[in-house]
Amino acid sequence: MINTIEVAKEIRRLSLKMVYEARASHIAGALSMADILAVLYSDFIKIDHAIPDNPDRDRFLLSKGHACTGLYAILAIKGFFPIDELSNYGKDGSLFISHTNHLIPGVEISAGSLGHALPVSCGLALAAKRKKAGWKTFCLISDGELDEGSNWESILLAPQLKLDNLTLIVDYNKIQSLGFVKDVIDLNSLNEKFKAFRWETFEVDGHDHEALKRVFKNSQDQNNKPKVIIAHTIKGKGISFMEDKLLWHYKSPTKDQFYSAINEINNL
Amino acid sequence: MRTAFITQLIEEAKINEKIFLLVGDLGFSVVEPYSELFPDRYLNVGIAEQNMAGIASGLAMEGYCVFIYSIGNFPTLRCMEQIRYDICYHNLNVKIVAVGGGFAYGPLGPSHHATEEIGMLRTIPNLVVSAPGDPVEAKAVTTFAVNMAGPFYIRIGKAGEPIVHKEKIDMKLSLGEILKVRNSGDTAVFSTGAMLKYVVDFVEQNNISASIFSFPFIKPINKKSLADIFNSYKRIITIEEHQAQGGFGSAILEILNDLKEEKMISQQPSVKRLAIPDKFYSVAGSQNYLRSLAGLELHKEFFI
Repeated sequence: MINTIEVAKEIRRLSLKMVYEARASHIAGALSMADILAVLYSDFIKIDHAIPDNPDRDRFLLSKGHACTGLYAILAIKGFFPIDELSNYGKDGSLFISHTNHLIPGVEISAGSLGHALPVSCGLALAAKRKKAGWKTFCLISDGELDEGSNWESILLAPQLKLDNLTLIVDYNKIQSLGFVKDVIDLNSLNEKFKAFRWETFEVDGHDHEALKRVFKNSQDQNNKPKVIIAHTIKGKGISFMEDKLLWHYKSPTKDQFYSAINEINNL
Repeated sequence: MRTAFITQLIEEAKINEKIFLLVGDLGFSVVEPYSELFPDRYLNVGIAEQNMAGIASGLAMEGYCVFIYSIGNFPTLRCMEQIRYDICYHNLNVKIVAVGGGFAYGPLGPSHHATEEIGMLRTIPNLVVSAPGDPVEAKAVTTFAVNMAGPFYIRIGKAGEPIVHKEKIDMKLSLGEILKVRNSGDTAVFSTGAMLKYVVDFVEQNNISASIFSFPFIKPINKKSLADIFNSYKRIITIEEHQAQGGFGSAILEILNDLKEEKMISQQPSVKRLAIPDKFYSVAGSQNYLRSLAGLELHKEFFI
């Protein structure tokens, strides 16, 4: 049995290291989804690092491509490439761009412009349906990117196509690029919105591993409805001085902040 | 051209089970024969072009050869970023088909005038940009697009354009091929898209000594063939149903300049460009009326 708590800690450490060494942004959004990735990759989706292009694999698409350090970290932990390669993050000529890069093993699509991965995920799920294939598609989006109209085009269509093989995960960390979501475009009640659009909805504490395991397990009914898991999270989760702070969408930690953050994770 | 496209797509789909057609709730009395034959490889995604381009990308990632079909600006400008980032950046096997190129939907107004998309699409890496000139070219381009993996744009006209290439109805194209339609004189008219029939009629009816070349491809254009043409004519006239900036004539000028710079041509013909002069037209009007208003007309004195 994999200890997903330890996996999540490692995602956080590796993400922090990448962002710190590259003087890069977007650490807080990687921290908010770290637990989701840890549970999903350790406990749920069917992928094999030895055959990243296996046609029968489940597909995971990260739409909030700016949080790529979290994805790069879990893929390295799961053996898609050596963990050492993460030290190339952000360096000239490296494939480890500061938004996801589909040329890296295990990364299904490049994302950076928001509102793109869900339509593509619908295409994947539709392909699986038409081919009568059993694999599933998981798409993780941010809350802020629900401002994008393209997402709502997909949210309208997915139930029409009965895409019950599609699971959308919303990393609902309540902060977007210029402020709190409730102050920019309030999404409440997100659950009711998805229900009105004919999705099967689930809500979960996105940092509670047991709850995440349960919700992934319980959200796979073949009932013709696409699934949305609204994961309530905290932006910057795990680092006290980063939690719930808009600043950490942008700022790179100083040396002291980096070591302090690593200490906090180790002592969790 | 519309009929030639869908007829050929059906023929291709009969032998290629990877072909998938997405429509953006448009194509009444056009796509039905396809959707009836291949319901498992057809979907009306609704009036949602960004989603259509994204879904096409997902299907293409799973091995389908996906055609997305709508009118003029909708499968192009409306979802330009999805075309750039999802389809072209990932180099996916998606064919974007826009009907009503240029002023084909003239009376419907500027919302339906597709007169800027070539300039925009021409800048995107990995994308082939095509504008067949008659139903024969539309058929050949459709087959070519099916057989070439990767992103592809096809601008087609409307229904009912007459056939120009009467003796080559089963033509096969190579990438960037230039088609010689008529050979005479030291002036050559370069036509792309649905202007072709007008050009041929004008030259023939006025007994003008001029050659005519049709360009089903705007990107890429075969440079070697173009160099040979530049070496053989004193004067070139380009004509297109598109804004002057960034369109077909621009592409010709760019290549002319590059060929000169690379010393691949021994002379530099003059180039007169007939294209829309950086304007919108907010009046009702048929395709011919709007073409005339925009100056997309040949005159005898151009050939003196």
